[in-house]
Amino acid sequence: MYYSDTIVAISTPLAEGGIGIVRLSGSDSIPIAQRVFKSPKGKCPKGSHRIFYGHIVEPDTGEVIDEVLLSIMKAPNTYTKQDVVEINCHGGIVSLTRVLTTVLKQGARLARPGEFTQRAVINGRIDLTQAEAVLDLIKAKTDRAHKMAMSQLRGGLSQRVMTIREELINLTSFVEAHIDFSDEDLPQLSITEIEKMANSVMERIRHLIGSYSRGKIMRDGLGIALIGRPNVGKSSLLNALLEEDRAIVTDIPGTTRDMVEGLMSINGIPIRLTDTAGIRDCNDCIELEGVKRAFMAMEAADLVILVFDGNAPLSEEDRQLLNAVVDKDTILVINKIDIEQHLDIGNMTMSIPVIKTSAIKGYGISELKNGILKFVSSADLSEAGWMANLRHKICLERVEASLGDFLSELRKAMPLDVLATHLRDALDAIGEIAGETTPEDILNNIFSNFCVGK
Amino acid sequence: MERQYDIIVIGAGHAGCEAGLAASRMGFSTCLFTMNIDTIAQMSCNPAIGGLAKGHLVREIDSLGGEMAKVTDRAGIQFRVLNKSKGPAVWSLRAQTDRLLYRLSMRKVLEAEKNLDIKQASIERIVVEDGRVKGVLTSLGVFYKAGAVIVTTGTFLKGLIHIGLENFQAGRAGEYPSIGLSDSLKEIGLKMGRLKTGTPPRLDAKTIDFSKTQPQWGDEPPTPFSYSTEGITNPQLPCYITYTNKETHRIILGNLDRSPLYSGRIKGIGPRYCPSIEDKVVRFSGRERHQVFLEPEGLETMEYYANGISTSLPYDVQMRLVRSIPGLEDAEIMRPGYAIEYDFVYPAQLKHSLEAKLIDGLFLAGQINGTSGYEEAAAQGLMAGINAALKLQGRRPLILGRHEAYTGVLIDDLVTKGTNEPYRMFTSRAEYRLLLRHDNADLRLMEKGYNIGLVNETGYSKFNDKRVLIAGELERLKKIRLKPGQINAALAAINCSIIEEDTSLEQLLKRPELTYDFIKRFSPPGMPLTEDIERQVEIQIKYEGYITRQMEMAERLKRIEAKRIPDSLDYTSISGLSNEILSKLNAIRPSNFGQASRIPGVTPAALSLLMIAIERQKNRI
Repeated sequence: MYYSDTIVAISTPLAEGGIGIVRLSGSDSIPIAQRVFKSPKGKCPKGSHRIFYGHIVEPDTGEVIDEVLLSIMKAPNTYTKQDVVEINCHGGIVSLTRVLTTVLKQGARLARPGEFTQRAVINGRIDLTQAEAVLDLIKAKTDRAHKMAMSQLRGGLSQRVMTIREELINLTSFVEAHIDFSDEDLPQLSITEIEKMANSVMERIRHLIGSYSRGKIMRDGLGIALIGRPNVGKSSLLNALLEEDRAIVTDIPGTTRDMVEGLMSINGIPIRLTDTAGIRDCNDCIELEGVKRAFMAMEAADLVILVFDGNAPLSEEDRQLLNAVVDKDTILVINKIDIEQHLDIGNMTMSIPVIKTSAIKGYGISELKNGILKFVSSADLSEAGWMANLRHKICLERVEASLGDFLSELRKAMPLDVLATHLRDALDAIGEIAGETTPEDILNNIFSNFCVGK
Repeated sequence: MERQYDIIVIGAGHAGCEAGLAASRMGFSTCLFTMNIDTIAQMSCNPAIGGLAKGHLVREIDSLGGEMAKVTDRAGIQFRVLNKSKGPAVWSLRAQTDRLLYRLSMRKVLEAEKNLDIKQASIERIVVEDGRVKGVLTSLGVFYKAGAVIVTTGTFLKGLIHIGLENFQAGRAGEYPSIGLSDSLKEIGLKMGRLKTGTPPRLDAKTIDFSKTQPQWGDEPPTPFSYSTEGITNPQLPCYITYTNKETHRIILGNLDRSPLYSGRIKGIGPRYCPSIEDKVVRFSGRERHQVFLEPEGLETMEYYANGISTSLPYDVQMRLVRSIPGLEDAEIMRPGYAIEYDFVYPAQLKHSLEAKLIDGLFLAGQINGTSGYEEAAAQGLMAGINAALKLQGRRPLILGRHEAYTGVLIDDLVTKGTNEPYRMFTSRAEYRLLLRHDNADLRLMEKGYNIGLVNETGYSKFNDKRVLIAGELERLKKIRLKPGQINAALAAINCSIIEEDTSLEQLLKRPELTYDFIKRFSPPGMPLTEDIERQVEIQIKYEGYITRQMEMAERLKRIEAKRIPDSLDYTSISGLSNEILSKLNAIRPSNFGQASRIPGVTPAALSLLMIAIERQKNRI
């Protein structure tokens, strides 16, 4: 068999609607399934070509993730001629993602586009006359996925990934130069210097991993924070949005200046709405606390809805709020359009979309919902889009893990040749999104940075 | 007149000597042609063997039954293990050698070989008929028929030496170049390019003030290269270190207009890891000094090799730059430095066996394939000799994997990626560096050397004894457990954490801070082991986790490499391959999927298409 490691992917389109399939193929498919699956009577799923009812459970915590039907199919009578497991999930996109993540944690690898089919072809499962057509498909899919991966790296993300790769190459070159040119007149090998370089890359990686908010959207839903001065109508806006969706409103205990949360759903994507305390400069200490929390909620949100009062002229606080959201995805709502208008925002809002509403009368609410929807779709939750995204995150996490091993063994004073293996792993991992690094690249870097050779 | 041999080797440098020895020792009548018998096994560059990654190659040559390690041990006048503080995989042995002793010692070995003839002649033509090599023709018009021909011509093909703006044709300083042979190789269809390398001036020790330099001595006792060497008997000499300075750099920068490099006269591509001093000064203008290593050329000579100031500047500039260096104020140049340009064959035209894809029975090895270095040359020469012999025996070629040997990495890189500059081995080129250590070259390769008939019974049984002892000691360390009372006092004395319960020697040895020497005090082996075996055991236990991991990776590689691509595959018939990938596959004609995947630019999708095409071909048959 050409490849036998275990791969996993969501094999149904990621659309709205309840059902989807997570599929595994490879020698560890069945053991992995057995670890994450619990039947009501505690039976272990065995045999071949059988279906089991039960739950997918996070093995470490025992947390139930979804109610599923599990199919076990042993090689060779399967699509790939390898052991195959299919998990039919019911809980929609979010739970599909979580099932996938759980399986990945158990040691499966995220399949490349077309990889199931590729295995089927290689293992002789698909008749050779069909092969060419299938291969065209793989090629197309691979190319598209690649383009997608590249287009995903927008907004400076690409630059950040490339910077991480460059810094890893520099670090590796530094270490390798001291191995391959140790008999030369090189700058002293300083462990503190290496550690400093590694820590700086590590910080970048962690920061970047943290910024993959869309993964979070899939897991926790989209977080929206409503902010604005007191009495601009945030609460009524919240109610207007929620009422239509008949969602649950929870009053978080505390003062009226604390936060209120509500849940709604747009196109199957769960959305958490947070109504924050009105923000304004004040000396009241309870209100200060509320304002602090409001800023935190804004920080954590995927999308900010900034609310201005159309009935009042632009205040200093409004201006400051506008400045505060400059780095966030934001929709500006001008509320209270049903009464006399005194607000003049000129061209201050630049590229922020503006929606006019009257929360009390229900004007503009569907426009606002459309605005939110537009943001959700621009977040690219399409299958290829978010798979590419998940792939980035998994890669970066591997880079993080390898670099972590490097750092911990550096502190244990392990020799350079062993340490270098972790750097190579890190470069291999980032190579999947940023391009391969060959020994030649490292040597080039050494020759351009160090005067070596006699 | 016509003579006949089974195998003919053209050139008696480091590649040619190994090729000739391997071929004749494997039972074939072999003729080794050289343009000058007095320069057999000449070290054209510095008088040293080994160094980072190169030392590994020499150990591999030894394990396969080659000669370089043994000759180095006999000619060595200083031995050092480099990188001792940096982990066992990158420890590497280097020796300074007596240039004359090396030559004579190798010549003696060659002359003693009963199947091997040595002839001084200039080969002008390789005779090929219907894509098969037939023999060679000398400049005197003598035809030698052969079943296989191995070309190891080094820098001699259209060699052109530059000193300042002067240039002249030569193979090495003072030796004739080979002109006709290069054209003959072109004629039979091989694509050729041009490379450049250089050497520094050599100085007279009488005129060097060594008190202004720092001596660097070798290890005591010296570690030999060959597993069969019992001890080093030559007197040992130091090298001396001095440095260039601002004045040196000023002299160089002031005369760049007279440099063949900077005036554009030299077209060939030089090695970046072996830059001339003018290159170093120009490219790293911020550096205030560059190291100069004064290496003794031998025990019986005053000549010193000034490593670090390789140059092709004119003679008067060489004089001034040398004399600006501390200790060399009055130094006399015995031979000036020079740059040499020469023809090489793009190595991607070869199979892994080093046989030309175009011509059956024609093998190429050494610098002609775009490499640099004695060790890289010798390793290829050995493999070409072995594979020419295996071919005549009707056996499959010996191809070493990237996980098995640096030699494997070297050849795979050459035939898969080709090269545009002189290729030198570095440890960072090996993916499985922790497996390819210099300490275990015998464990990796000696079995193979024995199977092809190059390692003799004595060597092999010694090797087997060693294997048994290693296995026994590994087993013993696993089994024997120490009680806390036995070792805790000693652990506490060296500030190590104590043990709470009975612990095996193996577990103790896994601790980074404990050595085999420490452990064995508490429970020595039944019979004292050699240091070599002790180190082996220590390394295998200490790095077990990492070694196992790389072995697993190597296993995966092996599975992919086992998926072969037939020579007959018509790439143009595969639809869906891009033109770029198609032309790469067509040029390299990879022998298996592992190699195909290493060709730069070949995508996984293209590999899938290949796989389908092969499956289909199989089904048709």
